[in-house]
Amino acid sequence: MKQPNSQPTSDLMLRETASQTAGPYVHIGLALAAAGNPVRDEEIWNEMAKPDAEGEHIEVVGIVIDGNGDLVRDAFIEAWQADANGDYQADYDLSKPFNSFGRTATTFDRGSEWSLATIKPGAVKHPSGQLMAPHINLTLFARGVNIQLQTRLYFDDESEANAQCPVLSRIESPARRQTLIAKREEVDGKVRYRLDIRLQGEGETVFFDF
Amino acid sequence: MTHDNKRFVARDRNSHPPAYAPGYKTSVARSPQQALVSMQQPTVSELTGPDFSHMRMGPHDNDLLLNFRQDASQGGLPQGERIMMFGRVVDQFGKPIPHTLVEMWQANAGGRYRHKNDKYLAPLDPNFGGVGRCLTDEQGVYRFRTIKPGPYPWPNDMNSWRPAHIHVSVTGPSISTRLITQMYFEGDPLIPLCPIVHTLKDPLAVETMIGRLDMAHSKPMDCLAYRFDVVVRGELQTYFENQ
Repeated sequence: MKQPNSQPTSDLMLRETASQTAGPYVHIGLALAAAGNPVRDEEIWNEMAKPDAEGEHIEVVGIVIDGNGDLVRDAFIEAWQADANGDYQADYDLSKPFNSFGRTATTFDRGSEWSLATIKPGAVKHPSGQLMAPHINLTLFARGVNIQLQTRLYFDDESEANAQCPVLSRIESPARRQTLIAKREEVDGKVRYRLDIRLQGEGETVFFDF
Repeated sequence: MTHDNKRFVARDRNSHPPAYAPGYKTSVARSPQQALVSMQQPTVSELTGPDFSHMRMGPHDNDLLLNFRQDASQGGLPQGERIMMFGRVVDQFGKPIPHTLVEMWQANAGGRYRHKNDKYLAPLDPNFGGVGRCLTDEQGVYRFRTIKPGPYPWPNDMNSWRPAHIHVSVTGPSISTRLITQMYFEGDPLIPLCPIVHTLKDPLAVETMIGRLDMAHSKPMDCLAYRFDVVVRGELQTYFENQ
């Protein structure tokens, strides 16, 4: 009798299926337009907030840099954030003005930026009862990344909330906390926050285990 | 809604490849050197995740034999071995995960991806796109109809080849259960030679990624079946106050 591919770790539990890199062609599966392929009726992509979504409309952008200082052009990123009231809108529905989930990718052109059209999230409660500063959870996949890297994006115009955020405070080095703080820019009257993600070396972004 | 009494079994990092795995050369400059910061007390931001159960799937989204055919009137079908790939998404306690999004992508029978950056010698197949998605059913079961992908060479060692594989992406109930893996095919002699497979040190972890030929589910005179179960992190409830 053939055994299933799932593997027990004990009589009580199974081992989690192992992760493998998403590879250089992740786009054909999860970001069809970026691969140059036709899209389906409904795709999960980077417009998290439509124009009628409640809250401050923002664009969030960045690049991804490797340990040599070179652009990572084939990174794929997922975003998860609260709405303007600090609530997660888990039910993914493209007819709603806002979805808490979005996807983006760096591009193969010169700038190689990822971007999200969203709203600034409200504050969310930590289990301790304290408020966490507004943040967006980011999950990064790429060729050469064997298991996803998990980080958070915070906002540089929330310095008071950031200083009290119980999750940011978990990071021992104050200098490293700065790697999660996006910088506000105004471009053509629109608000944009920029966060560059450094996978390795000087200014390496903080990645979380949870 | 409170999520304060929910948590997931801690991820056993030994069941996964390390970030730095020098045999897979691209990981060398893309792996963090600093330790991950453990959250100790994951928050609602980590314990929740998107629910795609109301997304509208196209009628052939999980049928790669039909979802890219160029001219149906000509009966155009992709080249290659017809297979059904199926399995169950469960958590570490064996609990089925219903209505969760399973996505997959793969090369064609010649080992070529429909991606603008793939310049391999093998030709594109006009009737094959190589992408599928579906939601698991009530019992956590997903199904795709496709062709068996071909192996292909890639620049790592002087002569590295990927075993035939299908990339599989599973969401699960939370961003904490998010998983991207690859299904390999039982018996493929390229599996033990692959630098990406070798990022895993534990042979049992490799076993979790090997789809099994399943003759019972194969369809006579039509297609073979491969079964690939996916296990995501187990969800725990804490029943007592932490005081």
